[in-house]
Amino acid sequence: MSITLGHYLTLGAILFALSVIGIFLNRKNLIVLLMAIELMLLAVNMNFVAFSHYLGDLNGQIFVFFILTVAAAESAIGLAILVQLFRNKSSINVDELNTLKG
Amino acid sequence: MLFASFRVITARNPVHAALYLVLAFFQASGIWMLLKAEFLSIALVLVYVGAVMVLFLFVVMMLDINIDSIRQGFWKHFPLAATIGAVIALELAGVLLGGFRISEPQQQHAAQVIAPAAVTAVAPVDVASAAADAASVAVDAASAAVTTATAADVGHVVVAQASNTKALGILLYTEYLYPVQVAALILLVALIAAIALTLRARKDSKFQNAGDQVRVKARDRVELVKMDAVKPAPAAPAAEETKA
Repeated sequence: MSITLGHYLTLGAILFALSVIGIFLNRKNLIVLLMAIELMLLAVNMNFVAFSHYLGDLNGQIFVFFILTVAAAESAIGLAILVQLFRNKSSINVDELNTLKG
Repeated sequence: MLFASFRVITARNPVHAALYLVLAFFQASGIWMLLKAEFLSIALVLVYVGAVMVLFLFVVMMLDINIDSIRQGFWKHFPLAATIGAVIALELAGVLLGGFRISEPQQQHAAQVIAPAAVTAVAPVDVASAAADAASVAVDAASAAVTTATAADVGHVVVAQASNTKALGILLYTEYLYPVQVAALILLVALIAAIALTLRARKDSKFQNAGDQVRVKARDRVELVKMDAVKPAPAAPAAEETKA
């Protein structure tokens, strides 16, 4: 039984679903939330690479490259905000982030 | 890989979660290597495992976090999360397994590289002969093919037998030049933002105000006092030459 494109897409889908579950489970932990977002981006990248391979089109891999760039920038800024938040409130609980509420 | 990512979202300790995420990234990199995306596979290891995950571990270890308070409400959300996750997974798997049954990549298309316009000015006879030569090459190596069928996009000639990295590089710096610049700009903005967010200037540190130093006049610093050349009396107050 050869590995089809559907298998890779299913792997990406399960990864995506796992990260959605992770976001819902770890509602309080901001670090794990960021990790789940990274996992989601990985799932999307997996789909891109699989399609790029099976359709013989390199543009998908270019797109993965840009997604990697944006994900790196996003996680860097997210962690910077996290550090600043921890200095101010000494916790990373999402429920306490309601100081912006009007 | 699924186990690793499962442990990412369920690990009690955030450090363990980060390490499992590293494991998941390594496995994804291996899968990409199997999918013949070597450059992206290496880039994933370098960028994610090398930079981003080290950053994560740094932050996780820098902030000491009370784990138990965070874990409150973990099981409260569990039924909702499990339901949503199961629904998403089943729907996606059902659609994908039914819909995409491409078994093997067409080798003729797998080695596509879009090269800069080198063969545009070639006469059609030459193109035909080149195609004939390429056909004879394609007998030898299945991945060697020259596709001149896409004459619509002028100058894009498909060249065979280039590595994945070279192909990506050529495509990246010809067709996607402006997106590369935008990506560089995004990285720059992220760099500046991260530094500006986390930089904390010390309140008590001494520093020079260069503007004040430049703007200062000579009369602000040196004051000349008129005094007699000869001491009039021994009891006279001592003249002093002051400075600000």
